[in-house]
Formats: sequence, C-alpha cells, structure tokens
Amino acid sequence: MYTFSNRLKIASFILMAVGVLGIGIGFITAPSTVEEAKAMVASHDDGHADAYDATEDITAHDSSHDEHLLHQLQNKPWAALYVAALFFMMIALGTLAFYAVQRAAQAGWSPLLFRVMEGITAYLVPGGIAVFVILVLSVAHMNHLFVWMDADVVANDKLLLNKSGYLNGPFFLIRAVIFLGGWILYREYSRKLSLAQDESNDDSNFKLNFRISAGFLVFYLISESIMSWDWIMSVDPHWFSTLFGWYIFASMFVTGITVIALVTIYLKSKGYLKDVNNSHIHDLAKFMFGMSIFWAYLWFSQFMLIWYANIPEEVTYFVTRISDYKIPFFGMLVLNFVFPLLLLMNSDFKRVNWFVVMTGIVILIGHYMNLFVAIMPATVGDQWGIGIAEIGSVLFFAGAFIFFVFRALTKAPLQPKRNPFIEESKHFHY
Amino acid sequence: MASKVIHAFYDDDDVLMHAVKKVRAAKHHIEDIYCPFPVHGLDKAMGLAPTRLAITSFLYGCVGLVISIVMMNYIMIEDWPQDIGGKPTFSFIQNMPAFIPIMFELTVFFAAHLMVITFFLRSRLWPFKEAENPDVRTTDDHFLMEIEIHGNEQELKDLLLDTGAVEINITEK
Repeated sequence: MYTFSNRLKIASFILMAVGVLGIGIGFITAPSTVEEAKAMVASHDDGHADAYDATEDITAHDSSHDEHLLHQLQNKPWAALYVAALFFMMIALGTLAFYAVQRAAQAGWSPLLFRVMEGITAYLVPGGIAVFVILVLSVAHMNHLFVWMDADVVANDKLLLNKSGYLNGPFFLIRAVIFLGGWILYREYSRKLSLAQDESNDDSNFKLNFRISAGFLVFYLISESIMSWDWIMSVDPHWFSTLFGWYIFASMFVTGITVIALVTIYLKSKGYLKDVNNSHIHDLAKFMFGMSIFWAYLWFSQFMLIWYANIPEEVTYFVTRISDYKIPFFGMLVLNFVFPLLLLMNSDFKRVNWFVVMTGIVILIGHYMNLFVAIMPATVGDQWGIGIAEIGSVLFFAGAFIFFVFRALTKAPLQPKRNPFIEESKHFHY
Repeated sequence: MASKVIHAFYDDDDVLMHAVKKVRAAKHHIEDIYCPFPVHGLDKAMGLAPTRLAITSFLYGCVGLVISIVMMNYIMIEDWPQDIGGKPTFSFIQNMPAFIPIMFELTVFFAAHLMVITFFLRSRLWPFKEAENPDVRTTDDHFLMEIEIHGNEQELKDLLLDTGAVEINITEK
C-alpha cells in the first residue's frame, strides 16, 4: 500500500494556496471599465508602442475597439483558469483513454501500471467538475470566453445565427454533462471491477472490464471529437477544421502517457512498484516518442493544408496566431516534436529515468502551450501574457492534480493481484 | 593451412542456449552458430557486440534531409524563383511547409535504403553469392555450433555431447 507522504501533501496544498492567490490577483487586477483597460495597455505598451501605431489604423481606435480591449483584458484571468483546468482534466482523460486501450488490447506489459493509471484518472472527477463549472459560468455570462454565447453578437452575425442550432447554451451544457458523465462512469466502474478482480475467484470481472473498455473507446472517440469542437474550437466560432478532434486527442494522449511515466518513476524511486523494471519505462517512453510525432503530424497536417490553400475564412486562425503568438506557436513545435524526437530516439536513453523525466517535463510544458495557443488568441487576442493569473492557475490545478492523484493511489494496493496478465507484466523484458 | 573444426548439432533452441553458456563458461571460442530462425537472446549469450545499424540509419536520414533541403532551396528559391500559384519564393523558410512532405520522404528514403544496403554489405549478401551453409539441415530444423579445434578434440567432443548435442562432425575447413 502506498502512503501519501506528508511532504508531498503539504507541497500540493502550498501549490493550491499560491495558485488561489495568483488567480485572485488575476481577477482583482482585471479592469472593470474601458478607461482602466486603456490605461493598462498604455502603461504596458511603452516599449513597443510605435509598433502599434505603425500597424493599426487610427480610425480603428473607436469606442467599439476599446470595448473589445476591455473584454480581452477581462477575459485574461478566465482564459488562464480555463486553459489550466482543461489541461489537467485532459491529462486524466488521456490517461483514461490509454488505460482503456491497454485493457481492450489485452496488453501484457502494462497491468503492473494499471493502479498508477487508475490513480491518475481519479482526477477526472474533480477536474471534470472544475471545467464544467467554468463552462456553466460562461453560459451564465460571467465572462466572454465564448463569443457565440453573447446574444447580441449572434443576432448580428449570420454565420453564428446559422450555427445556433448547435452552439447554444443549454445544448452545450447537456453535451458537456453527457461526455463528463460517460467518462466518469467508465472510470468509476472500471476501477470497481479492477478492485473486485483482486478479490474474486474467477476472471469474470476482468472479462467484463475488457468489454466495457472496448465500448468506452467507441464512446470516447465520438465524445472526445465533439468535446474538442465544443470546448476548444468554439472559442473561434467562425473557424472550423475537420481533424481538430484528432489533434486535441493526440495532445491529451501524449500528456497522459507522459504523466503515467512521471508518476511511475516517482513511485518507483520511493520504493513502491518493486516489479516495475526499466523495460516498462522504455515502453512508456516509446509511446511518448511515437505520440509526440503523431501530434506533430496532425499539427502540421492541419497547418499545412490551411496554409497551402490559403482560403481567407480558414486562414485567419493561423494569421492571428503567427502575428501575435509567434514564440509560443512555433516554440511548442520545438518542445513537442524536435525535443522528444531527438532525445527519445535512442533506445538506451528511453531506459534512463532522468532522461524520461526531463523530456516528460518538456512535453508537458509544450502541450500546455498547445492548449494556450488554441484558447488565448480568440479570448484575449494580442493582450496575452504568461503572468500571475496564468502561472497561478497552473499551480492551483497542479496542486489539485497531485492531491487527488496521490490520494487515490493510497486507496488500493499498487499491484493488481489476480489480473490474468500480471505474471507476464512482472517478467516483462524488452 | 587447413584447420579442423567441430560441428555440433542441436535440435532445440533451448538446449542450444544452454550449450552456448556452457561452452563459453569452458572458455572455448565459438566460431559461428547456424540457425533456421532467430533465437531470442542468442547474441547476448554468445557475447556478440550490439549492432550499430540504427546509428548508421540515423546518419543516412540526416544526409537525406540535407539533400532535400539543398535541392529544393536551389531549385525553387535560388535558381528560378517563379510565382507558382502565389506561393512565396523569397526565402526557403517562407515556402517551407510545401517542402516538408518531400523533406520527410527523402529522409525516410535515405535512412531506409542506405541502411539496407549497409546491412547487405556488412553481412556480405548479394544475388549470386554462394551459400556458406555447412549443413542443409540448419535451414530447416537443426542448429549448428562451430568451434575450432586446437588439439583438444576429445575434450571438446565430451563437453559438446554433455550439453545435449545430437550429432558431432569434425571437418577440415
């Protein structure tokens, strides 16, 4: 049995406390009037004010522009909170998908890691609720994250009016409930069967778990795709892309696998998980490597198709990102693709713990940037920054993630007892 | 100078693995082992050095990448920078997304083909090569261990029979 070390628990509480403080400061310092917003921009932009005058028309600075600026600045703490909440929820969800794949594929190497994965997916409940609360607050007009939720905007926008059959508050929340409900239901049920299998005399729990995992994967594929349209793509409601769901999937899958590797290495270093050997780490690192390339493949496929055809209604998505987000937009490509490609290519490196940890941290930062670049341009535009609100939000959810994951790990033995593949997994050697 | 070698036949890969360990423990140098199929872990048991084929492949891939970049930069950007459908040809980086499919494919092409050719060269394989098979059964269901004899014929014979060899031949080489 794993015992939650006090130091880690205190660390998670400190992270949450510092995070709450940061989030609070973010909300307090957000401007409430147009004048405040203008004053903030004026004080911040001393350094590159000339760049603004050069690129922007004087006539653009009318009152509607100022109000736009106000909304962007008011969105900043909300968007920071949303990106972080979504990022950590998607780690748990990606892990859940990986877990279901391992069960459905009857993988022989991974059963030793099932309890670690179950521990990580425990965050899906609080993390999913956190995301849902933000979505409810958005529908309740507490913020301007989703422009299609503004009735005045939709009334004057034919394109949004045509989409209002799909993009409307109640339906949006119903979909969110169905998706989160389905994921959490599978997670809890599969966990129950997994624990029941330890105590049972036959393999019926295991077989049932195999079937529901296969069923969950079908549900997950559909719901994940729709989730990515709803929660991420719809911040840019004029833009659409068909492979977006896959692209978001690749991102959450690779972060999920990375966190499995990091938690496994941590637990092993503390003396738990005695039977996990470096071949298991090697396999996880291979998945990190392969999925990083898969993410890059989808990122490039989406970018290159739109860049090549250059259709105005599609290309604005990348125009705003390249003009306002050049460093995070291309930087994440280095973090998410070039770095893992070169570091995890060597088979020996994949067995070295500190190498996997280092690459894993880079991948996590890179995929936070991935989500950041997906959400921020539509919500805060060129007013983005990585400041107190952003870092505070990440710290808060990181603290909550650590707390819920490691608390769940204490609830059951870290090694499944009667899994039919456990002996194979113990002797797994690559 | 003709030297004598001993050929020990085995009909089971597990027995072979144990035999290899025993022979190595007795400090005899195993000249070669002929198998009908890959025996997992045999190279480790024999103490063979790991292959460096993957490293050559990585380097060949780098060559392919460089060739594709140099080729397209010269053709599309430097030699004749035409406006084809509005694609920017002012610099390589501006038109790079359009080149990436070719850069990728040439990297894979070079890495794969040159590695295969390296493999053929290093293992001396070519279409009209004469087979070096000491016994036809080693391609079907027998394993053969070849050890050079340095005046210790009887001792070797006993050792090999002890490890479960089903047949032992001594031949001039």
